[in-house]
Amino acid sequence: MKSFDYIRATDTGHASAEAAEGAVIIAGGTNLLDLMKLEVMTPDALVDITRLDLKQIAATDDGGLRIGTLVTNADLAAHMTVRTDYPMLSQALLAGASGQLRNKATTGGNLLQRTRCYYFYDTATPCNKRAPGTGCAAMEGATRLHAILGGSDQCIATHPSDMAVAMRALDAVVEIEASTGETRHVPLSDFYLLPGDTPQIETVLRRGDLITAVILPAPAQGVQSYTKVRDRASYAFAMVSVAGRIAMDGDRIGQASIAFGGIAPQPWRDADAEAALVGQPATRETFARAADILLADAKPAKDNAFKVPLTRRTLIATLTDLCGKAAS
Amino acid sequence: MQTRLTINGTPHDLDADARTSLLDALRNHLDLTGTKKGCDHGQCGACTVIVNGRRINACLTLACMHDGDEITTIEGLGQPGNLSPLQAAFVKHDGFQCGYCTPGQICSATAMLQEVKDGWPSHVSGNLTGAMDLTDAEIGERMSGNLCRCAAYPNIVDAIRDAAEVKA
Repeated sequence: MKSFDYIRATDTGHASAEAAEGAVIIAGGTNLLDLMKLEVMTPDALVDITRLDLKQIAATDDGGLRIGTLVTNADLAAHMTVRTDYPMLSQALLAGASGQLRNKATTGGNLLQRTRCYYFYDTATPCNKRAPGTGCAAMEGATRLHAILGGSDQCIATHPSDMAVAMRALDAVVEIEASTGETRHVPLSDFYLLPGDTPQIETVLRRGDLITAVILPAPAQGVQSYTKVRDRASYAFAMVSVAGRIAMDGDRIGQASIAFGGIAPQPWRDADAEAALVGQPATRETFARAADILLADAKPAKDNAFKVPLTRRTLIATLTDLCGKAAS
Repeated sequence: MQTRLTINGTPHDLDADARTSLLDALRNHLDLTGTKKGCDHGQCGACTVIVNGRRINACLTLACMHDGDEITTIEGLGQPGNLSPLQAAFVKHDGFQCGYCTPGQICSATAMLQEVKDGWPSHVSGNLTGAMDLTDAEIGERMSGNLCRCAAYPNIVDAIRDAAEVKA
């Protein structure tokens, strides 16, 4: 690990000011320190925000939930309001990482965790995300973990988070404090950027920005779940995951909110696929049509063509289950 | 970096480079070698310790970030002649072969049983809010952050179930 200056933030303004000077913000550190050991990331300074008062989960005035950025994945998953009103979020968190990591990993840090693309981690190989302009070793390499949607000819890395997929389906909003002291709110739908020609730029965060909270809107109608398919039963990243919410309107689908993990550079949502469900009967034909729309532009790489049928089947299974529960 | 760590009830003043992981602080600076280094990347769980009541990977955290924290290692759970219930259960059920992962397994299981007591659900719990039995599937899921290359898993699960029943 390269040496760095360690700074303990005294308040959010201090953290933002240090970050504006180039310090990297550290909270749980479970991903950042791993990347620093491998010298994939080599910050000159770390600003530690773990002593700041950003650990609360509180109801908002409009019936939603404000989750402080330092709330751990374990505490968020176990929070009774999350379990009862946003169950897909508890399920997504519990499907991620291990008990030890969930105790350390934080809400803001989870959103900002880096891809697990093997070539991003391997500093002996080219990677446009790690070293812009060097090329992408994944294009001709092992691509089981990689994207089938949203990638570019520069990068096909996936975003690894489970939590962010559920938050995407729940229409979460990210609260950000800039080094100017201004606070702004960015819907998670606008927070991540597709790789395009600049895969090293992953979010709309600017230098000196500090995520202070994630805000969930008031609980929506219907039933919800998080389904994760992976190479082993526990402690593995998603090959495909589906965070879904369905509300029925009589014998037809009234509302559908569906986000996907493991298949794209960001938690993936397709408004056209959701629109193809609403107003339709809850049949296999309806579900298959939504899957067709979702996967119409899928571009698998060498090793991950299996993700196209796997995503289709996982979506259909999830919708079958949710519509059945929503109707009863 | 000056850091005060309270380890197994005893305060220690550490003066180490900011890069020092909590794991390296324990093993290389404070001679508490019960905590083991396996992968050093948070994947194997051999370095599991309990910090302020929560199990974490000591390899994936900086010692200097734990100034003032209370840390429990395998040495603090019990000693020969005065074993913790889980330590005794691992001996009784032969919950190891080479023993390298055992300190992490036992620290992890100690905190895991408290999580169960606190009503935390897991990925395999039938529902998120109801009562749950500590089935073998629950133990396996909750302990998935601790690998055993000798694959002593059946006996580890037996030991944890036994200790949980004694505790209950």
